[in-house]
Amino acid sequence: MPKPFTPKVVTANALLEGDVIYMTADGWTRDLAEAEVLTDEADADLRLIEAQSQPGSIVGAYLADVTLQDGVPHPTHFREDFRATGPSNYPHGKQETVKEERF
Amino acid sequence: MYHYTDFDAAFLAERNAQFRAQVERRIDGSLTEDEFKPLRLMNGLYLQLHAYMLRVAIPYGTLNSRQMDQLAMIAEKWDKGYGHFTTRQNIQYNWPELRDVPDMLDALAAVNMHAIQTSGNTIRNVTADHFAGAAADEVADPRPVAELIRQWSTDHPEFQFLPRKFKVAVTGAQADRAVIKAHDIGLRIVERDGAIGYEVIVGGGLGRTPMIGKVLYDFVAEEDLLPTLEAIVSVYNLLGRRDNKYKARIKITVHENGIEDIRARVDARYALIRPQFGGVDQQMLARIKADFAAPRFRVADEAPYRNAYQNDPLFRSWADTNLSAHRAPGYAIVSISLKAHGKTPGDASARQMRLMAALAKRYGHDELRISHEQNVILPHVHKSDLPSVFAALRAEGLGTANIGLISDIIACPGMDYCALATARSIPIAQEIATRFDELKLEHEVGPLKIKISGCINACGHHHVGHIGILGLDRAGVENYQITLGGDGTEDATIGTRAGPGFSADEIIPAVERLVLAYLDLRTEPAETFLQTYRRLGMAPFKAALYPEAESKERADAA
Repeated sequence: MPKPFTPKVVTANALLEGDVIYMTADGWTRDLAEAEVLTDEADADLRLIEAQSQPGSIVGAYLADVTLQDGVPHPTHFREDFRATGPSNYPHGKQETVKEERF
Repeated sequence: MYHYTDFDAAFLAERNAQFRAQVERRIDGSLTEDEFKPLRLMNGLYLQLHAYMLRVAIPYGTLNSRQMDQLAMIAEKWDKGYGHFTTRQNIQYNWPELRDVPDMLDALAAVNMHAIQTSGNTIRNVTADHFAGAAADEVADPRPVAELIRQWSTDHPEFQFLPRKFKVAVTGAQADRAVIKAHDIGLRIVERDGAIGYEVIVGGGLGRTPMIGKVLYDFVAEEDLLPTLEAIVSVYNLLGRRDNKYKARIKITVHENGIEDIRARVDARYALIRPQFGGVDQQMLARIKADFAAPRFRVADEAPYRNAYQNDPLFRSWADTNLSAHRAPGYAIVSISLKAHGKTPGDASARQMRLMAALAKRYGHDELRISHEQNVILPHVHKSDLPSVFAALRAEGLGTANIGLISDIIACPGMDYCALATARSIPIAQEIATRFDELKLEHEVGPLKIKISGCINACGHHHVGHIGILGLDRAGVENYQITLGGDGTEDATIGTRAGPGFSADEIIPAVERLVLAYLDLRTEPAETFLQTYRRLGMAPFKAALYPEAESKERADAA
């Protein structure tokens, strides 16, 4: 049996803001929950190449592992968790934006 | 302090204009990221985990109030209202946007500051003793020669693509407050037969392979220093390894070739290039020295200081920990702690920066310093002004009396910001400081340096912490290794790893066991943690760190 493929998302940083972004079916999002989840290895590699062909808007695209909880992607590694949330010493970064949107 | 000449200002303006055009070309798609990255790094601009990061040089850690005010303005206008002071006396802004960076650089240039060579494989910001020009134990002020080295190394055509980054530190005192033995080149000003010269140490460094620097020359005359430095970096530029990033620093070059071989090569190179140095550098040094003339120290009654010291226990506690001996009668060196318990080590809000600038202007001959221990120094304050200075600092959360104590922790940004980090540093520092504040033990524990790095690159200097903590990724979980017995002073020592690492939950109790063990082990309160460790060695501390292993060993022996 081949090893099961860990689901992935394509992630990068936005060129202008430097903010963490994730690839969607038709663009980019700043929210991991909205990212396109890739469950097929060949598909994931193809989507990464597509991302890397957009150097005018993004920097440093790569594939990050996720797990699905109720169909929503969550990071498997703590580094990706920080990228998806923001730093732990101030409520800055994505956690700040989410808070602003909520209230 | 040094004043930019027309040449300096024009050079910086041109360089900033170049970078502005490079940013525009990146944004309009003319430059790819691969093309742009080396250009932005040469100008101090990184891309970190959540955003860009701009690292601004504070040459030899010296600032005036106008510059500090400008750093505050930049923090508010283009960042999130704060800045992070680093272990290389720089300031980092964690949230700039790419389009704003050229404006930030112009704002810096307006106060004679820049971000050139704060990254990349070049000679980086030259650091110095943060008590320079004020310390009672100083042979000479190290800042003029540090400024000369800054000018020599900035945009030096031969040294823009070294095998790896290159860091120089200078001290003018016997006591080493600049960690010179952990730099690629460490310089100590010495006096011999009435003449000023330099002890030249090479091949020190922390990181993956920590090394204590070796003495290349015990005395280099003042006029021979710059050609000597040029010869050293030139030899390294050719001999240093470019095949392996992890073996590319000069510490490895010195280690692999031996100090005698390096000395012979530097001697040969020196003989070749010495005639090119016709004395212009010495004329420049003389002019620079005039810029660093000591302020006119005033004479005043010290009674307000004595009264406050006798009657105000909070002031007394602060004065006992945060003041150092000044060379002028009636003066003190003030260390302002950026380590309030539970806060991020090295961070200052724009408001705090403005207060420190105002205090420097009013009470401190308009001078500020940034220490490699991530604190701010007012180097020249008359003792009669100290009660007012303390009251103002306290009102802005800057009155913490903990310099040199367990909560005065060096911590790199770690995985909260840094793209290279393998674990977080800041929360560990926050929790240790908070815990020992709760225990009300830190003044009883006395001098103890904890230094935390979030990866093997050791920006947090963990190798030279009395207690060093290194954060690693162990199978997808943050794990913290402890080293003991490190020392970053003139007795520089690399710490020894104590044993297996601890999880994020276990590391604070482990440090607590270690410190409580020290309190039991010391012969008297005056014996410091480091002295106790040197007297007894690792065994009793290891027993405190790993009580289960200890009890198992006893059971096995029984």
